Amino acid sequence: MHSSGFFLKDVAGFLGGYYAFMAIMNGVAALLLWRRKGQVGWALVWTVFAGIMMVLASLALSGTADLVPALPLSVRTLVNRLSGPVLYTLGTFVLLTVLFVFRRFFVKPMVAWTILNAMLLLMGLSMADENFASIVMKPDNVPIVGLVFLLAFFTWLATSQAVVNDDRIARGLPPVEKENDEKVLVWPDLVYTELICMVAVSAFLLLWAICLPAPLEEPASSVKTPNPSKAPWYFLGLQEMLVYFDPWYAGVVLPSLVIFGLMAMPYLDFNKKGNGYYSIEERKFSYLTYQFGFFLLWITLIILGTFLRGPNWNFFGPFEFWTPYKVEVLNNVDLPQMFWVNLLDQPLPKAPSGASGLVQAGYILLREAPGLLVMGAYLVLLPPLLAVTLFRGFYAKMGFIRYMIMANLMLLMLTLPLKMVLRWTLNLKYIVSIPELSLNF
Amino acid sequence: MAIGETIRNSQIWKSIFRHPMPLDRRNRIVVMLTNFFLHLHPVSIKKQGIALSFTWCMGGVTFFLFLVETVTGVLLMFYYRPTLEWAYNDILALRDVTSLGILRELHRWGAHAMVITTWLHMYRVFLTGSYKPPREFNWVVGVILLLLTLLLSFTGYLLPWDQLAIWAITVGSNMARATPFLGYEGPGQQLLTIGGIDMITDASDARFGLLGARFVGEETLNRFYVLHCIAIPLAVALLLAIHFWRVRKDGGISGPL
Ligand code: HEM
Repeated sequence: MHSSGFFLKDVAGFLGGYYAFMAIMNGVAALLLWRRKGQVGWALVWTVFAGIMMVLASLALSGTADLVPALPLSVRTLVNRLSGPVLYTLGTFVLLTVLFVFRRFFVKPMVAWTILNAMLLLMGLSMADENFASIVMKPDNVPIVGLVFLLAFFTWLATSQAVVNDDRIARGLPPVEKENDEKVLVWPDLVYTELICMVAVSAFLLLWAICLPAPLEEPASSVKTPNPSKAPWYFLGLQEMLVYFDPWYAGVVLPSLVIFGLMAMPYLDFNKKGNGYYSIEERKFSYLTYQFGFFLLWITLIILGTFLRGPNWNFFGPFEFWTPYKVEVLNNVDLPQMFWVNLLDQPLPKAPSGASGLVQAGYILLREAPGLLVMGAYLVLLPPLLAVTLFRGFYAKMGFIRYMIMANLMLLMLTLPLKMVLRWTLNLKYIVSIPELSLNF
Repeated sequence: MAIGETIRNSQIWKSIFRHPMPLDRRNRIVVMLTNFFLHLHPVSIKKQGIALSFTWCMGGVTFFLFLVETVTGVLLMFYYRPTLEWAYNDILALRDVTSLGILRELHRWGAHAMVITTWLHMYRVFLTGSYKPPREFNWVVGVILLLLTLLLSFTGYLLPWDQLAIWAITVGSNMARATPFLGYEGPGQQLLTIGGIDMITDASDARFGLLGARFVGEETLNRFYVLHCIAIPLAVALLLAIHFWRVRKDGGISGPL
């Protein structure tokens, strides 16, 4: 289904306002820059850009569906064709890595502003696609769009302060926060800030509530299962993990580990530096671990689960129509199958019929031996191995128990990306699969 | 001016506010010490501790949203009955019949916003290393608050009793079915038998405990309603009290030593 004129007329009003907002935003930015010395060039750039946004706004509001600015159909088709869980996840990983490595460049205000504008423009152009809009505009999905922009903004804000502090520390100076340790009275300095925050949040919430009605679908019916059936958006990362793991792990064990790991974090991080100010260089390991977990294993999966998973939890490109008839061939294989059948060319070990419980258990163990050995090596052998190699310094500082907890939490966290990669490359379904105990991993 | 002065000099005013207007330095200190709501704060504070670029005011915004949810939630409770007969219709009426019908919107979007601001607050606490000693325990309290915030949102999601609601809760709570040992589809539950009788069935497992039934139904609605309106908010309020108290006791907002 491609954008019908009917839909475009509907969305045109919104887009008109949207581009007008972008124009005003850039106009104000240009004005502020112009009044600062040495920024006239940039002021001009954003004035021109604001002008273009005004043109887009008037095109959107022209009343002619064909004139609403949109991504060309060929681009949309190409994006749909290219996108898939692998490209999406790896692409995000690469993107975040580039942002991190070249953070000194990306935090420059004009670079960040350019990126913000690019994001907003891309969003606007995509909104003129009916399929894209119908998912993004679902009332309960709107907050996630907000979340993406907020995270981008606050990460920029924090990183730009961290970069400054890291430079200062390298030069032997204290972090900027230290310069600001003069005391002020809470009334008025803090109380007024809080009041302004409250007013701003209230105004924002009121506006949101007036503009966007809360969703209410048909009355509940336990026989009509919607397809797809989705958990609330903040749990969609967990639902996405169900693609790779069984519910006992993705839905119960992993979330419990996340909570436990978060609680344990202050007791595992023995690094005394970086307490009370923004810094990256001084705590690179904890920083990267947190960002990996938060952005890649939590936020990215939520976005994937919300916007890109349609009926039957199939993957759909951002501009693709969510048809329930899309068929995806699943030919995933379990590790025992790979080992016994594909590699050794033997049937799976199976207890003779009528064998006693113990014999049966023995055969199950034999059948699952490859997977159990792999898991055993991963969880039992790797921690001590790492303790004498990569994590040597950690082990020395943390002591046995703390080190073991840290190492195991790290390894368990990594089970998710590892399983993803194994699925994408080898079509691996389960490493261990004991249906007799409902234990599949 | 004169009227204002008369009011401020009246016995009623003076009985409520135990201090004069905080216009000079002395009274700005006094107001912080003698006002119930303000005594949460210290009297004076390091400049960087209140810099917006440092805290993003995110904890404060989260707390404010919690208050908004409390007020709008109480108002919603006037209109809403948690029974199969009424739940959906009451929500419909909130949209179609009640005047100024954005109560539900305020509550719902406020809830979404609170989830987001809690994440952002946690993000900033991490990025400034504020979980490091002596604030480890307050971070732990925070993690429980995060969990409770999500549960508040989750239990509330069911209450409109529409398709969106019951299926989201069905999908979410199906996970409990797979709890190791305690869910009737979970690994190892086969081992919990006494004399050949399964202990863990779909009428005795973790999911049943959560839903109060084998599937999302009237018992679930009642259970989630009570959790959503009473149990979890009370727990959050208690933990918030501890959270704020600890912020003060741990030496105020963190900063470089
Ligand atoms: C319902 C949710 C929460 C509320 C209302 C809340 C509120 C607050 C407030 C008002 C502050 C004062 C400083 C600031 O605004 O940043 C604060 C500080 C703090 N919060 Fe929270 N918080 C919540 C959840 C969390 C979570 C999820 C965490 C971490 C996992 C956390 C950890 C902390 C820590 C460690 C501090 C001290 C920070 C410092 O001294 O710089 N809180 N919280």
